Amino acid sequence: MDTKKYVIQQISIFSENRPGRLASVAHALGEEKINILAFSIAEASGFGVIRALVDQPEKAYKKLSSLGYNVAFTDVIAVQMKDQPGGLFEIAKVLGDAGINIEYSYAYSGKKAAVLIIRVDQVDDAIKKILSSGATLLEHTVFH
Amino acid sequence: MQFWDPRIEEMPKVDLQKMQYKLLKSLVCRLYSFSPFYHDRMKAQKVHPDDIRDLSDVKKLPFMFKQDLRDSYPNKIFTATQEELVRYHVSSGTTGKPTVVGYTQKDIDNWSTSIARGLTAIGLGRGDVVQVSYGYGLFTGGLGMHYGAERIGATVLPTSVGNTERQIELMQDLEVTAIACTPSYLLHIGEVAEKMGIDIKKDTHLKAGILGAEPWTENMRTRIENWLGIKAYDIYGTSELSGPMFTECAEQNGFHVWSDIALVEVIDSKTGEQLEPGEKGELTITMLQKEALPMIRYRIGDISSIDEEVCPCGRTSPRVKRIQGRVDDMLIIRGINVFPSQVEYTLMSIPEVGQHFQIVVERNGALDDMLVRVELTKGSFSDKINDLMHIRKTVEHRLRNALNVAVDVELVEPGSLPRFEGKSKKVIDKRSL
Repeated sequence: MDTKKYVIQQISIFSENRPGRLASVAHALGEEKINILAFSIAEASGFGVIRALVDQPEKAYKKLSSLGYNVAFTDVIAVQMKDQPGGLFEIAKVLGDAGINIEYSYAYSGKKAAVLIIRVDQVDDAIKKILSSGATLLEHTVFH
Repeated sequence: MQFWDPRIEEMPKVDLQKMQYKLLKSLVCRLYSFSPFYHDRMKAQKVHPDDIRDLSDVKKLPFMFKQDLRDSYPNKIFTATQEELVRYHVSSGTTGKPTVVGYTQKDIDNWSTSIARGLTAIGLGRGDVVQVSYGYGLFTGGLGMHYGAERIGATVLPTSVGNTERQIELMQDLEVTAIACTPSYLLHIGEVAEKMGIDIKKDTHLKAGILGAEPWTENMRTRIENWLGIKAYDIYGTSELSGPMFTECAEQNGFHVWSDIALVEVIDSKTGEQLEPGEKGELTITMLQKEALPMIRYRIGDISSIDEEVCPCGRTSPRVKRIQGRVDDMLIIRGINVFPSQVEYTLMSIPEVGQHFQIVVERNGALDDMLVRVELTKGSFSDKINDLMHIRKTVEHRLRNALNVAVDVELVEPGSLPRFEGKSKKVIDKRSL
């Protein structure tokens, strides 16, 4: 099975935890006409990590790196959830039962459906399990 | 006015200088003959004991540096036999290897005498209770003050550092009249006493503080004196000289460097030229009587100036003004010497962080907090918070081991720390001394 088409490139940006850093990242992406489709911020003491799905990840990487940011690509997957009670449970259970650990995740609830973005330790396995459970994974072409 | 050794303390300057010359000459002869280290140094400088014909000839002699002591770890330049040694002290060793100082009985006696003169000069003596709240052990502060205070017949309360509430209770119960500690620890004692509902000014017999082992200022003196209702005196010394050694008299205007014990010079740290009295430069000390670990023209690294005028208190030995800084960028954090170069050296061995750093020192209450900001290198960013936290912990751990002082680390974005041309300013010291 070709799992590659379900692997989505997320960009992660290291950021100091102080006012104006998100604005600076967002401004840089806006200037390059890069659209942010989903994002989250994880924070630790003194610093944070901004994670985003964008329509042009390579361009975003280049732009932010040129500004001195520490940027990394991370493989994530995006699962379509039922936008109704129990929707998250179905997906989480599939991964839990398969012994696949979710390192982190974030979600957005769009016009068509709710989408859960997940970073897991075993990407291929996770894709196979989710697909065989009958759930829908979004292909990376949906984003970029 | 009380004197411990009136003959020496009030000796006319010209006689003091004659005595110093004799002591210097015999020191140089002894070391040239018996110390391979000093013999080689003098040879290299092309100076022979015969060239020392006057006290001013001291400037012909070679300098000695901290590095020389490190290179000779632990005891390569001792000039006393094992049988003659009665004690070791060991410096905190914050810049690489520690330095070991050995003492003969005479070295201990001279050290105690030097402190005894100082304590007498500020009016202490029999009947006084001196609380020694410097650390006891390898550090020279505790035992040095202890012996000095016992020498004048005062009662010593050897509390060492820590357990501050108990220290305050004992201070009250045993009617302590003087305390020897770092100025920041005294401030801490003041704060803890206030929390305990004790007013040091009214509720204790404390009248004097002998404060040193870290830099402090006239403003801090005023604050301590007004707040605690005591007189605060500066004491100076380093382990290389023996330990805390030289104290201010009641005039509180610079510490007396006893001429029979030490010959003090101020030099231009770049050219090595001797400077005139009143001119500011690097303190350089020759210990005239030390037996186990002699010091000729030892460059301490502290900046100050000498006042050769006879003190209004009647003492003729020169006074050295309050220390005004360092020739290097040494910091003193909670009584421990820290060099930014150690931070740099440690960081260089951790690939996850860059070579640029910034040290921020703040005083939190009475204690110093040191923060080191480091840049995360490009390749080491992995998107996982845990990995980042791990890097931070690693850096904190490594710095703590290298510096002997707890350090907070902040990871910052690459390129965000200021870059400097030439001598960089990597330290932000926010402590208002």
